[in-house]
Amino acid sequence: MLIANYGYKDGSGEYFIALDTAKCDGCGKCAEVCPASVLEVIPNDFDIDDGNIMSVQEQHRHKLKYSCAPCKKTSGDDEPPCVSACPTQAISHFLSTAKGQML
Amino acid sequence: MITIGIDFGAKNVKVVILNDDKIVARGSALTGFDLKIATKAASEMALKAAELKIEDIVHITETGIGQGSVDFAADSVSEVGANAKAGVKLLATARTIIDVGAEEARAVKCDETGSMEDFVVNERCAAGAGAFVEAMSRALEVELGQMGPMSLKATDAVPMNAQCTVFAESEVVSLIHNQTPKANIARAIHDAIAERVVSMVRRLGITEAVLLIGGLAYDVGFVDSMKRGLGVEVHVPEFPEYVSAYGAALVAQERVKK
Amino acid sequence: MKMSKEEFWRWPEYRHTVEGIDPTKGKVISGGVDIGSVSSKTVIMVDGEVFAQSVMRTGSSSPDSAERTMNWALENTGLTLKDVNYVVGTGYGRVNIPFAQKAITEIACHGRGANFMWGPTVRTVLDMGGQDCKAIRVDEKGKVQNFLMNDKCAAGTGRGMEVFADLLSVPIQEVGDRSLAVKEEPQSVSSTCVVFAKSEAVGLLRSGWSKDEVLAAYCQAMAHRVVDLLNRVGVEKEFVITGGIAKNIGIVKRVEKELGIQALKPDQWRGDPRFDPMLAGAAGAALFAKVLYERSQG
Repeated sequence: MLIANYGYKDGSGEYFIALDTAKCDGCGKCAEVCPASVLEVIPNDFDIDDGNIMSVQEQHRHKLKYSCAPCKKTSGDDEPPCVSACPTQAISHFLSTAKGQML
Repeated sequence: MITIGIDFGAKNVKVVILNDDKIVARGSALTGFDLKIATKAASEMALKAAELKIEDIVHITETGIGQGSVDFAADSVSEVGANAKAGVKLLATARTIIDVGAEEARAVKCDETGSMEDFVVNERCAAGAGAFVEAMSRALEVELGQMGPMSLKATDAVPMNAQCTVFAESEVVSLIHNQTPKANIARAIHDAIAERVVSMVRRLGITEAVLLIGGLAYDVGFVDSMKRGLGVEVHVPEFPEYVSAYGAALVAQERVKK
Repeated sequence: MKMSKEEFWRWPEYRHTVEGIDPTKGKVISGGVDIGSVSSKTVIMVDGEVFAQSVMRTGSSSPDSAERTMNWALENTGLTLKDVNYVVGTGYGRVNIPFAQKAITEIACHGRGANFMWGPTVRTVLDMGGQDCKAIRVDEKGKVQNFLMNDKCAAGTGRGMEVFADLLSVPIQEVGDRSLAVKEEPQSVSSTCVVFAKSEAVGLLRSGWSKDEVLAAYCQAMAHRVVDLLNRVGVEKEFVITGGIAKNIGIVKRVEKELGIQALKPDQWRGDPRFDPMLAGAAGAALFAKVLYERSQG
């Protein structure tokens, strides 16, 4: 039961992608639909056990606000494609500006 | 009717004196550590250039970070509100106005009357504003005013991974050690900040015409990076850093008329 | 960052061999190499006990830094790389360690390493590294339950602190103590961003603040930021701090105060005050290496 939170909080707000690794089976659908190639499927190296899980690519971890921004339009409540694509609802986004403007 | 618009910027206080449809004078002063002193200096500069006295001014509206901290103005307006008003005056077809200042960046989508439809703000992170270019120019040991022209001479695109100004400085130092030509590094720097600004604008959707304002719009390298990043024409007005103050002066007029 | 003539940001690099351990009598010699963006660490273990270690600044090449830290740890031990049965690499540069048999995420290694250093009661680990911050929840075996990585901004990281030490011309090892020397805790700096905090600091100095007060204000802002992160994963006792900033008492005390929880100190389990909290990742990696080697032997 491991919740992996990738991302950061800086002066301008909070930008995290939370992955429930218990729910993730490494199917890779999220990585396929992401237009910015933020996500990838990697061997589960959180411990010395096997299997694949989803992860946020290292070069995107420090710019989630920017990488994920185009999927979070200011108007409309559409879920980003990665969240919709996941069959087990393992992914959630926590992206919001310091003033509480939901990203 | 003569009005004044004041824009309290993080780096400079800007003042615009407007007489009906004509901008009669501009003034600016370094914000420094005392906003009152800076405002006084900028206003005096503008009044002197216009050959006016403070008593001649009908209404003063302020905008920017220091709103409310100086008892000079009658009222205030948000930066994005001011930008939208001024944007359509400067370019009737302007619908997306992007403002990149020293410490903050913002973008507003508006209609043909200058009414705001939506906006995004990038704040409190040096990597998303002019402070980034300034810090990098120090690391590169190039005068700030030279960064733009130098970057246009780049021969290759070089990736920049760091998103934080502090880490980017180390990255620039490494690139210099690896003999990367300074022009290429300069371009990478402009591309990096443009990428961040563009990604925020994409949340609004890019509606032409696009107007780029704020101090960083003076940087030809940044403007070039923005054009490539947005994939559309980018218009830069004369004196881009005064546009918010101009917008505040226009709002001042509107309020008197009401 | 333009370094001043005197390098205030520089912390000491070192190697160390633990006395009383004979590697030739051990069954498994395992190595853990943690290549971070700022520092590179190696821990060599004999049957799961620390034998040798090294800490140094990471250079421009990860494979190069890995070789240097490993060789330095092995110096004067009578061992060579060939004698090390299994090496696990971790940290930012983990995929670029040519002599490592496996790479394991630093999250898992820090969790395991904290369990090794402080025992099975550890439940929450705060790692404040050179360029990032991690909050990790673990179980009694040191297995990761939940984590949060803060991976973008210099605020609350070693580099952020180095920048401030350099700005104020205070040697980095003194920053913590001096920040606590203030009579009254000042208001914290309002900017999280190191770049803006620097300008704020200059303004404070100009208006008469002492260096100690400015350090206190900055440490307070950093501590607050870190507590914010910790609260996202929830803090359960026992609580420990790893990474270089664990040695900054100014941050440690302020974090403890805001959380209302005391962190276990480095000498509270292993009994050896020289066991450096910066080595938690490499120690965890060395322990994984031991298990993986034993598995491979059938």
